[in-house]
Amino acid sequence: MRDVAVIGVGCTTFGEKWNTSFRDLFVQAGALALEDAGIQGEALGAMYVGNMSAGRFIEQEHIGALIADYAGLATTHIPSTRVEAACASGGLSFRQAFISVASGIEDIVVAAGVEKMTDVASGASVEALAGAADREWEGFVGATFPGLYAMIANDYMNRYPLTREQLAQVAVKNHYNGARNPIAQFQQEITLETVLRSTLVADPLRLFDCSPITDGAAAVVLAPLEMAKKFTDTPVKILASSQASDTIALHDRRDISTLDASVAAGRRAFSMSGLSPKDIDLVEVHDCFTIAEICAIEDLGFCKKGEAGRLTGEGVTALHGDLPVNTSGGLKACGHPVGATGIKQVCEVVMQLRGEAGKRQIDGARIGMTHNVGGTGATVAVHILGV
Amino acid sequence: MVGIITYGVYIPRFRIKVEEIARVWGANPDDIRGGLGVLSKSVPDLDEDTATIAVEAARNSLRRRAIDPVDIGAVYVGSESHPYAVKPTACTVGEAIGATPTMTAADYEFACKAGTAAIQTCMGLVASDMVKYGLAIGSDVAQGAPSDALEYTAAAGGAAYILGKSDPIAEIHKTCSFTTDTPDFWRREGQSYPRHGGRFTGDPGYFRHIEGSVRLLFNETGKNPKDYTYAVFHQPNAKFPQRIAKMLGFSQDQIKPGLVVPRLGNTYSGSSMIGLAATLDCAKAGDRIFVASFGSGAGSDAFDIEVTDAIESGDFRRDAAPSVEKLLENPIYVDYAQYARHKGKIVMQK
Amino acid sequence: MSSVARFWRKIPQRYNLIGTRCSTCGRHFFPPRTFCPDCRRAGKIVDHKFAGTGTVVTYTVIRTASEQFEQMTPYVLAIVQLDEGPRFTAQLVCTPEEVTFGMRVRPVFRRIAADGESGVIHYGTKFVPAD
Repeated sequence: MRDVAVIGVGCTTFGEKWNTSFRDLFVQAGALALEDAGIQGEALGAMYVGNMSAGRFIEQEHIGALIADYAGLATTHIPSTRVEAACASGGLSFRQAFISVASGIEDIVVAAGVEKMTDVASGASVEALAGAADREWEGFVGATFPGLYAMIANDYMNRYPLTREQLAQVAVKNHYNGARNPIAQFQQEITLETVLRSTLVADPLRLFDCSPITDGAAAVVLAPLEMAKKFTDTPVKILASSQASDTIALHDRRDISTLDASVAAGRRAFSMSGLSPKDIDLVEVHDCFTIAEICAIEDLGFCKKGEAGRLTGEGVTALHGDLPVNTSGGLKACGHPVGATGIKQVCEVVMQLRGEAGKRQIDGARIGMTHNVGGTGATVAVHILGV
Repeated sequence: MVGIITYGVYIPRFRIKVEEIARVWGANPDDIRGGLGVLSKSVPDLDEDTATIAVEAARNSLRRRAIDPVDIGAVYVGSESHPYAVKPTACTVGEAIGATPTMTAADYEFACKAGTAAIQTCMGLVASDMVKYGLAIGSDVAQGAPSDALEYTAAAGGAAYILGKSDPIAEIHKTCSFTTDTPDFWRREGQSYPRHGGRFTGDPGYFRHIEGSVRLLFNETGKNPKDYTYAVFHQPNAKFPQRIAKMLGFSQDQIKPGLVVPRLGNTYSGSSMIGLAATLDCAKAGDRIFVASFGSGAGSDAFDIEVTDAIESGDFRRDAAPSVEKLLENPIYVDYAQYARHKGKIVMQK
Repeated sequence: MSSVARFWRKIPQRYNLIGTRCSTCGRHFFPPRTFCPDCRRAGKIVDHKFAGTGTVVTYTVIRTASEQFEQMTPYVLAIVQLDEGPRFTAQLVCTPEEVTFGMRVRPVFRRIAADGESGVIHYGTKFVPAD
């Protein structure tokens, strides 16, 4: 097993991109990543692409081959693999790429994620996303994705001290950060009022508690650490890579308000790296809904169960707090092109560690963490990176 | 002797008042209420239909007596609002009560008397030992066209009867029917709402056919109105059953427990069957009940029923399922807009 | 267009709450499992018909639904724990104001959804407050 580093990153802007097709998105992100790494496509040994649902959104499968082709690499006959785990597709794609380099089987590998969600009407989008949950036993009876997280929120708020304002503050904070991120879907800051007055989607979650429907792509280039210095002065080492699964349906979980897969993946990542939560300078967590960020902070071990609301309310997780969470703007403000999110999280951490995060830079950031969740917690991928 | 082994009723919780419907169409609510003798009618929930009502009624009948559903050899559901034109409600009911697959089944249509036709069929199958138990259901989410007279009374509800020979709570001594081809109430294939002959539905329809079946039954049994404790007639409104009772020599007291239409409305295939259930809810051993249904202008089924000791035995637990009175309690009133939404009367974009 | 066979296959579960039980360890499963996660290959699985009474564990009110359920909003969705132990997701027939944590419920037969205007109607089980 050898050490692996990220030598290049690239993200498209995230948003409703009417003029950009699925293929365009990937090519843009890939080109940016290769440019950043300073390598030619021919140097790539393999590609991994995270994508949840091109079949439902654009009626296209066989994504691995499609991407390789449009990246101009069909001629090199590059091994290209699509990875799927609903909203954790990107995180898993990164992990698969990491494993291929760490094992010595490949040298230079691209890990990417892409989702084109706006080519179908929003009703169809909601339908497609429901495939991340249990179609037979949750979707069939009328459960929606926000509905499932709303049940988590209600269970949590019935048992732990979390106020509605603290929950809303998660969205306010993430929009503040997003306004400082050039690629974010939403560039405006918002107030608590905005969140608390927005339309109810599934009680208690309102429109502004929910991440949006987004088009976007992100890509990163991995190389063995010993080779990385040839390409960049600032390689970012992958200190840990972990993954965990849990029951697909929320009703089968041991504890509705705890994502055990997050707990397991977090522990494995800390164990692999020999680090602990206090060593982390910033973390990108999976805030598909505001409540998800609250649970993530606790599940990863940054504080005890029931305390994340208070931490949020006190600004501990704000941009310049003791533990900045979601400096990219998170899924809420940066946007959530499902398959791309896990890779975007890596891009954000890498840029922060390289000192390239502009207006949202965390000074002296040396170790960052990413946390990517599929469905209501049936898959979780956690990575730790450091310089 | 063939008889009723157990019975069950289901009525949705929602109601709309006659005056609310009158308000929308600019009619005088006092005239309507006075003319029909109806105050309100039941309205199905957004997720209820003839099948769900039939299942709940059937399950209620099974709650009252320990019958192994596997012994139910026949299921017939009568309705003028079956959810499918082709695919029987009876099969859904059979599956939902655990009677499938060893049973025969079919759906019946005879406007408001499809349920009693089902009872007659089950009587024959039981009497001939072709089945041990037969399940007969009358269930409807009746439709009345907007602003038509029927809209004031077309209601939702259903009743289920299990017929058999072993220890019935009420024996059905005799049934007689009077049937002709009289077009007083019809709905063509593909049409949303039924049509009717207006005043034609009175004498040539309701009164002629009920009188016909009643006279036939009295002739066959040698009985007359005084021999009965109670009588139940099909109830499109309160006036018709009150008038036919008088015409035939029944008293208003005899029809009182079975007269459910003022608060419930006309549940079409459920109408006389729910009336009978309301009567059974308070009947005692030895009571004699007369029932005459009516449907589509064209038919009436009359029954001579005698309540047995079994109704007071430990085997039959009347309180294990809600009585008609209980189902009529605590209604949730809706306005016309909500009613139209529930009944699918609002034209949606397909 | 949903699958005719996929719906039909689950009718015993949807209409009659037929689940399974591992007779080796006694654990009940609804929705049914054919493989006990605890006993794994050592588990002997048999059918079990659930009584249907249970308790509300958590809930929400769905106000924006997928296409099939658009006409039903707002509706209450809950995770119900059956008395025998398993938890599953179901709609409750009651107003949003009526639901409470730990509320007792019992099953009713309702229309869940339909496959458009001409497709199959999906019936199933919802829950009402048990008095």
